[in-house]
Amino acid sequence: MSKNLKEKIAFWIFRILSLGVLLILFWILEFIFVRGWHMLSWDFLTKMPEDGMTKGGIYPAIIGTLYLVAGSMIVAFPLGVMAGIYIHEYTLDSFFKRFIKLMTNNLAGIPSIVFGLFGMALFVNTMKFGDSIIAGSLTLGLLALPVVIRVTEEALIAIDDSFRHGSYALGATKLQTVRKVILPMAMPNIITGLILSIGRVSGETAPILFTVAAYFLPKLPTSLFDQVMALPYHLYVISTSGTKVAESRDMAYGTALVLVLFVLILNLLANALRKYLGNKVKMN
Amino acid sequence: MNKIETKNLNLYYGTFHALKGITMSVKANTVTALIGPSGCGKSTYLRLFNRMNDLIPGVKIEGDVLLDEKDIYNNKGMRIDELRKKVGMVFQKPNPFPKSIFENVAYGLRVNGMNHASFVEERVETSLKQAALWDEVKDKLKKSAFALSGGQQQRLCIARALAIEPSVLLMDEPASALDPISTAKIEDLIYELKNKYTIIIVTHNMQQAGRVSDKTAFFYLGDLIEYNDTNIIFTNPTDPNTQSYVTGRFG
Repeated sequence: MSKNLKEKIAFWIFRILSLGVLLILFWILEFIFVRGWHMLSWDFLTKMPEDGMTKGGIYPAIIGTLYLVAGSMIVAFPLGVMAGIYIHEYTLDSFFKRFIKLMTNNLAGIPSIVFGLFGMALFVNTMKFGDSIIAGSLTLGLLALPVVIRVTEEALIAIDDSFRHGSYALGATKLQTVRKVILPMAMPNIITGLILSIGRVSGETAPILFTVAAYFLPKLPTSLFDQVMALPYHLYVISTSGTKVAESRDMAYGTALVLVLFVLILNLLANALRKYLGNKVKMN
Repeated sequence: MNKIETKNLNLYYGTFHALKGITMSVKANTVTALIGPSGCGKSTYLRLFNRMNDLIPGVKIEGDVLLDEKDIYNNKGMRIDELRKKVGMVFQKPNPFPKSIFENVAYGLRVNGMNHASFVEERVETSLKQAALWDEVKDKLKKSAFALSGGQQQRLCIARALAIEPSVLLMDEPASALDPISTAKIEDLIYELKNKYTIIIVTHNMQQAGRVSDKTAFFYLGDLIEYNDTNIIFTNPTDPNTQSYVTGRFG
């Protein structure tokens, strides 16, 4: 077989497989959109559920997910970014550094249900937060932590050492160099990673199962120690364990569509923000 | 009085003996060129004077490095940031920060606690003039430094180094990434700056060494082979290795 023919065949195999991936993605989206689109309305987004969650809206679940996302990022962002900075900027290539990285990767590999059990044991029971936004946020924050650490580290690795050396050569300390040169340069990539991990966190069911999520609540939360409803758990509830699963089918697809749109919008936002921050860093 | 001096200086990267017993001194307000084939130790030698080698794990240094006749390594009174204020550095590849032209030059002032607005403005202007860049950038000081050409970026890096008023300027192949016109500008600049600064420049370009320097040091495999007035090194060197290198027979 000639070199050129092999090249052509390989090229087509790659192309077909890539298209296959796209096809699967569009298939899933089409499945959700076709079944959920007619549910989408202002009332659906802003009303409480009615009639055993077969009618009405999903407002409390949306609000709950927003609270949990915000809470988990407040936990994961500072911790993860600082840990990433420590690993890449402050430790030399030592046993200790490799150990931290190995443990971070292990943390990322722990099944999310284990995070849920851990969160229940530590935050709900031992620290006596009860089933609450704060317990759920801490649990989800821990889940997002390894991703944030990794993203921060990758963003720092991408920055050429010549910038660090240029700063040191002017008498700057390591902290000044990180704060004034390195972090602003790394921020677009860190923010992007952060938003992608928000997408991950907002779809998690297992970690919130025992720490915060409620089957049904007639009112919105009023404090950090209240339970909330959340989109993924709501979806699980109305499509499997409710009393009227068949009647709430439409509600389930509507909820799934909202969740997918939420993640989709976040991803687009991540892209726009990276571009915007990338330009801004160059300008000032 | 010697501005810079090393006495029996040995440097090791782990077990690799990179600089072998270098004894050499440099007078104030001169330009000294360090030449030699790649891996000969000339850049390592240059980086001794602002302690940039400290950043590399496993480096061991023996012997004395003196600035203004004071040891800069075994000296409790000499803080590393104070040293780097006195000894500026320009790198091979232009490395402006992702900030405005103004903030690039002001950076060294700010990190060293000199923040007074009018003082910073005045110093930025003076430094850009010294680096022969002022006329080209005075109307766009707030613009990104990345918008400048490579040659302009390198002069910006020189201005950035000059802003904190060092007395020594280390240049590590400052023109090797630039086109001939930008290179000529940098060389003119080096000639000008000699009046105020002591300059040590690493270069692979023999003509450049000949044009800009008063003294030239030839390094080979970690040894200082020959160190003399530049015209002697280029016209009548003592060592046959120097002769071969400056005439282009190896390296």
